[in-house]
Amino acid sequence: MDLDFTEEQDMLRNSARDFLSTECDKAMVRQIEESEEGYSPEIWRKMAELGWQGLLIPEEYDGMGMGLMDLVVIFEEIGRNILPSPFLVTVALGTPPIVEGGSEEQKKEILPRVSSGEAILTLALTEPSAGYTADCVELKADAQGDSFVLNGTKLFVEFASASDYMVVVARTKSGGDPENGITLLLVDSKSPGIKIEPFATTGMDKQCEVVFDNVSVPKGNIIGELDKGWPIMAKTLEKATVAKCAEMVGGMQAVLDMSVAYAKERVQYGRPIGSFQAIQHMLADMYLRVETSKNILYQAAWMVSEGLPAAEKVAIAKGWCNEAYKKVTEDGVEVHGAIGTTRDHDMGLYYRRSKAAEPTFGDTESQRELVAQQLGL
Amino acid sequence: MDFKLTPEQEALKKEFEDFFEVEMKHEPEDWVWGLEGLFSDAGWPFNVYMAKRLAEKGWLVRPWPEEYGGCNAPMIEQLIFGDVLGYYCAPGVDPLGVGMIGPTILAVGTEEQKKEHLPPIAKAERFWCQGWSEPNAGSDLASLTTKAVKDGDDWILNGQKCWNTGAHRADWCFTIARTNPEERRSKGLTYFILDMKSPGVSVVPIESMDGSKHFNEIYFDDVRVPSRNVIGEVNGGWAITQATMNYERSSVGIMSGASRGLNELVQYCKETSLRGKPLSQNPHVRHRLAQLAIDIEVGRTLSYRVGWLQEKEDIMAAAAAACGAKVYSTELWQRVAFTGIEIMGLYGTVAKGSKWAVLKGQFEDLAQSTPGYKLGGGTSEIMRSIVAWVGLGLPRIK
Repeated sequence: MDLDFTEEQDMLRNSARDFLSTECDKAMVRQIEESEEGYSPEIWRKMAELGWQGLLIPEEYDGMGMGLMDLVVIFEEIGRNILPSPFLVTVALGTPPIVEGGSEEQKKEILPRVSSGEAILTLALTEPSAGYTADCVELKADAQGDSFVLNGTKLFVEFASASDYMVVVARTKSGGDPENGITLLLVDSKSPGIKIEPFATTGMDKQCEVVFDNVSVPKGNIIGELDKGWPIMAKTLEKATVAKCAEMVGGMQAVLDMSVAYAKERVQYGRPIGSFQAIQHMLADMYLRVETSKNILYQAAWMVSEGLPAAEKVAIAKGWCNEAYKKVTEDGVEVHGAIGTTRDHDMGLYYRRSKAAEPTFGDTESQRELVAQQLGL
Repeated sequence: MDFKLTPEQEALKKEFEDFFEVEMKHEPEDWVWGLEGLFSDAGWPFNVYMAKRLAEKGWLVRPWPEEYGGCNAPMIEQLIFGDVLGYYCAPGVDPLGVGMIGPTILAVGTEEQKKEHLPPIAKAERFWCQGWSEPNAGSDLASLTTKAVKDGDDWILNGQKCWNTGAHRADWCFTIARTNPEERRSKGLTYFILDMKSPGVSVVPIESMDGSKHFNEIYFDDVRVPSRNVIGEVNGGWAITQATMNYERSSVGIMSGASRGLNELVQYCKETSLRGKPLSQNPHVRHRLAQLAIDIEVGRTLSYRVGWLQEKEDIMAAAAAACGAKVYSTELWQRVAFTGIEIMGLYGTVAKGSKWAVLKGQFEDLAQSTPGYKLGGGTSEIMRSIVAWVGLGLPRIK
């Protein structure tokens, strides 16, 4: 047993922290959030120079060939600093299906461009039913000659607006097991018939509606096998959920650090508010939530990276982190008092993200249901 | 990072499991794990039996040096042992002798004290109780008023202690008394050990809300304690009480005991229909059980983190995490109890011994004993304060 990060991972963390604090201070975070693109192409390019986009991509495709634990380190730092960008959708949602199930040709065409920062990917999975399970996939891909024709709507496609390619999860066969008959298609986001419309959200994270109106996609763009796309999707969602939890854990740590610092410096009744038990116990509970979230995240991440069956552990981690991040940010605002509710204060940046993260890849209730099934209930 | 156990650790775990699987068959009828189970008339002989079996295996004090009956076992092995012991809800490990005074004597005792007191603990021949709290000194232990006055080579103790778990069964007691009345609070306190058969020691039971008797008061009435039974320095007892609090506190046994409780509840809900519908199909029940499963898995990772930090001797981080684990595990234990009785409805109120009792009435029992676990060994509030001071560096008002 070894519950520490490696020295290399510690170095990776330090360099990520330095990079983010230099390139993306909170003024920059606000500026990017409010921009039309929702990310900074300049920072994106610099991230690619550090090799971040190619972290999980094998070296033969110009990637770093690193593991999920390394990605966890990066995402913790991103969550801590905050970096509005299509990073999660590119590395944790768009890339894994190609690495996992893509043809040699697809890998050669796409992955080096992801590594270099040229190509932004995203995943078009969820629909107006807003669920992450196979039965929610209704968008049809009808075979016509050498192509599929896509008709339907995908919703909550993060950064579709910035994307070069989408991995579209489509239904190619109906009836029977909903996990059967799902096909993954690599789709050029600029294809004729695709209409992308971003809408405003709590997380200001460029969620989009993507309407497919007779969009033609060559059959050669199938990722993996026809009708058998769901297992790749399930694995991808495990990785993405781990990445999301890491981002949440980083955010929690930032909120705890800010709150402790403020409690030590803010004076009322002639003494720092951090000397009052009411505040101390709130902060102690926040500490406990952060620590436990980290521990369960690391265990889930380790299981996924080892290729062990991890569905239950990932659900446990997400269910736990959802509630922890929610409570930590709620208490963080409380410790800061009224100033913590303002647009100018950093606390709101985290508070909003905790709300946005909760339903992403499954809210607490759906994680509990997954765990209940694993318990044999 | 690597969460795997080595093949040797897996084998050791299996050995522990096989042992408890067999030995727990000796449990008395209607026996339920808990303080009552340890100290009741029916439970005490089982506790002693198990202690002796563990001693025979050499497992009672594995982390201790070989000369005192241990095998210098690393913290991780102790975690595995605690994990298995907790899962089987097994008695036998005296939390006060094995868990507290033994490690204290190992750390600060004289060679003579070690030779005299450690082997009987390792062999399960001597059981201990703790004489710290007093009626007016609970969380604020330093305000205690039990006095010890020097008389020749002895000390004469007078005063009253309370909440002394298992004192009516114990052979020996470790206590703390004021030896310098000129000094205030934590200064002027001395750490003593004494034979419970000493003249002037009397034990009065305190009945718990469920009618069980495991807590006691201890009265010291001119109790004579020889100087050689002072642990550490005269007037230097406070630092030792603080050190004693810092031994293995991962709470892993409670986490795994909770996991056992959950498994039994899950089984019960699969097998039980209420008004024609299996409990396991009730969405509210499913989600309450799932939330417990989440809480338990998270708790286990916290326990292992505490053990890991202790093994690395990262003292401050370990202390904060251990206090966190204490709060977490005891609150979790109570949630398990409450979830159980609430799912059972009226059946949740049936006490053990009745033919209507569900799962031997253990959840009914737990619901009444778990409030005490949140208080003993440092209340949840004190634990949170320590996290705030030690873990987060928040100012402490003196």
